[in-house]
Amino acid sequence: MTISVKPQQIGEPLFYLADEHPHPEGWSTSLGFWIYLMSDCLIFAILFATYGVLGANYAAGPAPKDLFDLKLVAINTSMLLMSSITYGFAMLTMQQNRIAQTQMWLTITGLFGLAFIGIELTEFAHMIHEGATPQRSAFLSSFFTLVGTHGLHVSFGLVWLVTLMVQVWRFGLIEANQRRLMCLSMFWHFLDVVWIGVFTFVYLMGMLR
Amino acid sequence: MKTEAHSAITADHHPDQHAHGSLSTYLLGFILSVVLTAIPFWLVMSGELGNKQVTALVIMGFAIVQIVVHMIYFLHMNTSSENGWTMMALIFTIVMVVIALSGSLWVMHHLTTNMMPVHEMSGMK
Amino acid sequence: MPSPDLIKLIFGRLTLESLPLHEPIVVGTFAVVATGGLALFGALTYFRLWGYLWREWFTTVDHKRIGIMYMILGIVMLLRGFADAIMMRAQQAIAFGGSEGYLNAHHYDQIFTAHGVIMIFFVAMPLVTGLMNYVVPLQIGARDVSFPFLNNFSFWMTVGGAVLVMASLFIGEFARTGWLAYPPLSNIGYSPDVGVDYYIWGLQVAGVGTTLSGINLICTIVKLRAPGMTMMRMPVFTWTSLCTNVLIVASFPVLTVVLALLSLDRYVGTNFFTNDFGGSPMMYVNLIWIWGHPEVYILVLPAFGIFSEVTSTFSGKRLFGYTSMVYATVVITILSYLVWLHHFFTMGSGASVNSFFGITTMIISIPTGAKMFNWLFTMYRGRIRFELPMMWTIAFMLTFVVGGMTGVLLAVPPADFVLHNSLFLVAHFHNVIIGGVLFGLFAGMGYWFPKAFGFRLEPFWGKVSFWCWVSGFFFAFMPLYVLGLMGVTRRLRVFDDASLQIWFIIAGFGAFLILLGIGAFLVQIAVSVLRREQLRDVTGDPWNARTLEWATSSPPPDYNFAFTPVVHDNDAWWDMKRRGYQRPLTGFKPIHMPQNTGTGIILAGLSTAMAFGLIWYMWLLAAVSFIALLVVAIGHTFNYHRDFDIPADQVVRTEDARTNLLAGAK
Repeated sequence: MTISVKPQQIGEPLFYLADEHPHPEGWSTSLGFWIYLMSDCLIFAILFATYGVLGANYAAGPAPKDLFDLKLVAINTSMLLMSSITYGFAMLTMQQNRIAQTQMWLTITGLFGLAFIGIELTEFAHMIHEGATPQRSAFLSSFFTLVGTHGLHVSFGLVWLVTLMVQVWRFGLIEANQRRLMCLSMFWHFLDVVWIGVFTFVYLMGMLR
Repeated sequence: MKTEAHSAITADHHPDQHAHGSLSTYLLGFILSVVLTAIPFWLVMSGELGNKQVTALVIMGFAIVQIVVHMIYFLHMNTSSENGWTMMALIFTIVMVVIALSGSLWVMHHLTTNMMPVHEMSGMK
Repeated sequence: MPSPDLIKLIFGRLTLESLPLHEPIVVGTFAVVATGGLALFGALTYFRLWGYLWREWFTTVDHKRIGIMYMILGIVMLLRGFADAIMMRAQQAIAFGGSEGYLNAHHYDQIFTAHGVIMIFFVAMPLVTGLMNYVVPLQIGARDVSFPFLNNFSFWMTVGGAVLVMASLFIGEFARTGWLAYPPLSNIGYSPDVGVDYYIWGLQVAGVGTTLSGINLICTIVKLRAPGMTMMRMPVFTWTSLCTNVLIVASFPVLTVVLALLSLDRYVGTNFFTNDFGGSPMMYVNLIWIWGHPEVYILVLPAFGIFSEVTSTFSGKRLFGYTSMVYATVVITILSYLVWLHHFFTMGSGASVNSFFGITTMIISIPTGAKMFNWLFTMYRGRIRFELPMMWTIAFMLTFVVGGMTGVLLAVPPADFVLHNSLFLVAHFHNVIIGGVLFGLFAGMGYWFPKAFGFRLEPFWGKVSFWCWVSGFFFAFMPLYVLGLMGVTRRLRVFDDASLQIWFIIAGFGAFLILLGIGAFLVQIAVSVLRREQLRDVTGDPWNARTLEWATSSPPPDYNFAFTPVVHDNDAWWDMKRRGYQRPLTGFKPIHMPQNTGTGIILAGLSTAMAFGLIWYMWLLAAVSFIALLVVAIGHTFNYHRDFDIPADQVVRTEDARTNLLAGAK
């Protein structure tokens, strides 16, 4: 904080503020949410570490090459990327206080997110159908947990998105709602960052093994 | 005097807490990330570089650059928001992530090499 | 007769056989606890206190009340954790020469696991969090924490975890794995019962609370400091709290993941920590210690902060080397992440890894030693008042140095190969946790008790407790050093070598002294409450102290400070007193405060119910509570009016009452 309070004239320093200055609502929210994201980041770091340590233990089961379909992953990645930019548009229209456009971009974001989850579930179902279940090997355990945790976060983000849309619809783009949309924006883009790690370290590097 | 302190405080209560993006920065970030995603996918799918290790290093480089791009253009990271506390938290977290990741890999590599007799057996063949 | 399927859906694997009716000790304990619980329940109902408790305490968002509730939780759980301890000591003292003692292996293994888990998670953590919650906002001149509702929720999550661990005593059983539940022992194949599940879910529920309260306190310290309080003007306790909460936020996620992976292994059949299909139990050990080592510093750093405040107050001097103290704390914070492997030197990492972690461990002793010298130099040529908090501080300095040095011994990998898993290690960590954390907490409780309640703790019984604790500690743990050097391993239930018995009897005697110490502590509280009028302090500053929390009344009003203080120096209150600060008597304004809410306790209750369902495979209960959890949480976000204003005339009334009190005191 850069509050500068100069001492008063000699002998009579100011020891209290005569006027009440409540911190505005949400004064700590964005920092608090950012710190939460950092702790979430460590959750993913440990899942990555687990995948890094156990990811080559196929236990005579299927390996990444037998399972991953890079085209599907590329489509999925583009879903998430698209949802990121549409969320960005939602934030821009929100700043101009255009409710209808904000809601529209949020809806599109949600649809892209839904598509991402759908494709991921299809991929999982396909793998499990082929016998590549999470129980099959340590590689698959750590794969499903890492990618699944990301997917769970996205799903949670979707629930949150719908809740916020209802709140924007009912109460408008009031300050509290703007702040909430900003938090979800950080959450959403953070998941994007995690996904960069997932497609690079799990899928692409997996195909190189 | 008191009014001076007063204005100093109220000014502090309404700082530009977050750098908001503009349409152009969002679009720039999007284009950059599309390119930075497409190239590694293409490198791996086509096997253009031939050498797997080189490819791995290159796509890791792309990933790091893309993470930075997302941080700047989508998460609006800069050194001044929240008086630098967000940046501080991020740097601290990165240090922790590096310690936990590299430490685990190093430790577990040692443990696996020393303590898993299977490897020695197969090596002895 | 309902169908067995329905019974299974509702009760999962909970049957009448799960109740430990065949264990007379547990049944006896249950009888005592149930009687006590019923008496308490009856008394609360008779005196019509439930409404008061619900309105004023359970739903409160006031950081002071939440802090006090944390302290009560910690003290109650201390009794349970200590009961486990003295049972172990008694068992080990008599189980010689073919005697099996009085505890069977099944029960004994649960006791040492529960003792460790309870003492760390539900005694030390709540007491530390409670003190931070109470003191930090006052020290920085804030009205409350950054997220008051979250604070209430965090507290109740901690209670939820404690409830689960306590429930395991009477419904089913607790883990028999040791306090960190290493696989493969903790995997479903070797621990098919509910014990490990109680362990997992108890810690997960409490862990959510701990992480959130960490985020909350970091934000509070960063964002809500009084004007003029720069980082380098923060009281040392606030500094150590900041570092502790950074450690919490950076390490508890690791615990969450490790336990989640273990539960996946147990519930879904994945292969993270199994011996087959490529799993690696060693990975569990590696990961859990990435959390486990910072955890030690989470506990001890606030204690260091307490000692700093106490030393400087009771020596009547500014803390020696404030800046070096701050830097030492920050260095310890970072270094604590680089030493985790010293907990498993013997697992076989090889020379290079072991030497790296051995060296980093030894380096930590440097900043810690610097702190020790700072305290000594603060006392040097000071006018020391030997009040109880100061006595605890001096006992800490003497005891902790011994523990620190045995720690450096253990940090030498070749020495660790001899001493690992022995009673030497047990003696070492009790030496630092009792001598460091617990003594610090007693010093802190004695120091801030008058702030919280407006009267001091009675000194006679405090001194009885002090001497029993300190001498009891040495009697209880010095023999364990000896035994450890002789090669006795930890967690043993029976012994063959009769020559060892005398040492265990001495240790048992020490535990008995500590029992007296705990008893005297409870008597001290009771006597203090009874004699509160003689012990009353109306000044708000009974110790002639230095930091901002002493600038307001004891107990502080809901809003802490009628006017936000302005800080010009370290030791802000000392500076104010020195420069003739006059307490303002007029000009009070309405004060904006957060409103109480019952959502926190409801959410935590639902989480606990869900955890209970998962432990017992009661899938219906788990699913219903999960859905309810979501609904309540989302519903809560529709409440936009969470604040209210304390009207100016109410502030005037509160402050006038204080003015009269102060006038009467003169």
